[in-house]
Amino acid sequence: MKNRANPSERPSQSEGASSRAGFFPKWLNINVAVQDVGFFLVGLIAALIVGWVVFPAVLYSKQTQPMNFNHRLHVSPDIGIDGETREERCAYCHEFRDDGTFAGIPKLDKCTECHDDPESPLGDTPQEKEFLERYVSGGKEIPWLIYSRQPDCVYFSHIAHVNMGELSCDTCHGDFADNEKLPVYQENRLTGYSINIWGKRISGIYGDKKPADRMKMDDCAECHTKMGQEQNNSCFVCHK
Amino acid sequence: MKKENDNGKPRHRYGMVIDLDKCTGCGTCMIACAAENNVSVRPDQSDKERAITWMRLYKITNGKEFPDTEVSYFPRPCMHCDHHPPCVSVCVATATKLDFNTGIVSQIYTRCIGCRYCQAACPYGARYFNWWDAYFPKDKGLDRYLSPEVSPRMRGVVEKCTFCHHRLMRAKEQAYAEGRREIEEHEYQTACTEACPVQAITFGDLNNPDHKVSKLVKHPFTFRLLERLGTEPKVYYYSSRDWVRKLGDNFLPGEYKPVLHKTWMQEEWSTKPGRDTY
Repeated sequence: MKNRANPSERPSQSEGASSRAGFFPKWLNINVAVQDVGFFLVGLIAALIVGWVVFPAVLYSKQTQPMNFNHRLHVSPDIGIDGETREERCAYCHEFRDDGTFAGIPKLDKCTECHDDPESPLGDTPQEKEFLERYVSGGKEIPWLIYSRQPDCVYFSHIAHVNMGELSCDTCHGDFADNEKLPVYQENRLTGYSINIWGKRISGIYGDKKPADRMKMDDCAECHTKMGQEQNNSCFVCHK
Repeated sequence: MKKENDNGKPRHRYGMVIDLDKCTGCGTCMIACAAENNVSVRPDQSDKERAITWMRLYKITNGKEFPDTEVSYFPRPCMHCDHHPPCVSVCVATATKLDFNTGIVSQIYTRCIGCRYCQAACPYGARYFNWWDAYFPKDKGLDRYLSPEVSPRMRGVVEKCTFCHHRLMRAKEQAYAEGRREIEEHEYQTACTEACPVQAITFGDLNNPDHKVSKLVKHPFTFRLLERLGTEPKVYYYSSRDWVRKLGDNFLPGEYKPVLHKTWMQEEWSTKPGRDTY
């Protein structure tokens, strides 16, 4: 560092540099420059690893759902849930109420429409047994952790997107219907929001970004603009 | 005024007509508004400098001596100015915006930085600042009235009347569930409109000729507050009394021209005075 600031004080080095790379100006010591760039790159990569790998690992707490739910099993046509298409079978449990509001994650009474008898399980999985013992027999709601819970100030109308916009569920939620195991719920320790809202990558760099990767305001606005719905980017369309 | 948005779809312009002849000053609109929109209370609610009332009731008199004294009350929500709302143009955080499709001046509370420029810019005093965090005394049961459809405001942000925007969203969801895209007049009414015991408030789409408001605003008795500022408020007032209409703006002496004089009285509409004509 001292050398580079005062090039006149180091005659031996500057001679060596000029013989190796003739076209570099005299004041630039190429050895020192290469060293500096190298140190910078090492520092940058170390900082990126800390920022993009270590920090998210510390920031997000990993929690498992109170019990597992096999979406693939329930959405398959031979289990007996009403509906021609897969979307319709999704909407059997994740239903719209008569006034157009969305029920979200179903309550226990939706489950007990089929799993009504705690004594006789419909299948033979250990999860169902656990579910019947812990929740159905006592009439206790399952304390699900909700992956896509938005902040208080956000308004979202499912029916506007599903019925009017003709989007399918997996456009925004990812292909949940093929999951045999519920993913780990990751909660931001500072804000309390799920990683599905903040985005799976803290860097914000996605190769081929899908709506299911992130659910922030910019992502909503980006899709509205892409779909030719710029008028829905007004504040009160999504805020309350 | 443009009647279509950029996509060529018809735009709405929600507005309100308040009949000052009917208003008795009971204050039900203020209470209904506060309950509907999670407006917090203060331990000392009588401190009117700090208390938040989206819908505020003013009392005006004609200033005459006893036998001629007349009093009128007028409720003042946000005017939802249609032409360059002063609060929007001064907002440094772009936290408030005129929604061109509904004509409602909207605000994102979480984006507001609390500089209170909008409060200073609003000529109607319709904006209120949260000096403290929202307060809903638990022992009084006020927290049980909180509506999940309106987000409570935090300390340090400005808030104002939203024309009960969540009711519009609720009506839209209902319409979508029934396969409609447009909503009916009666499906979207603000809380103050519904609560008013004498039905002095009429609410609807000013751009829709079928809605009652769009007919009422053509009446010569309707006026707007500080109309000559050019902010085009969407809240109209109706009064058959000249002194009330005169107080709606800052007129120079002799500048105000009374609506009601002989030639008007001879017109056919004025033989059946009031709103029933329309």
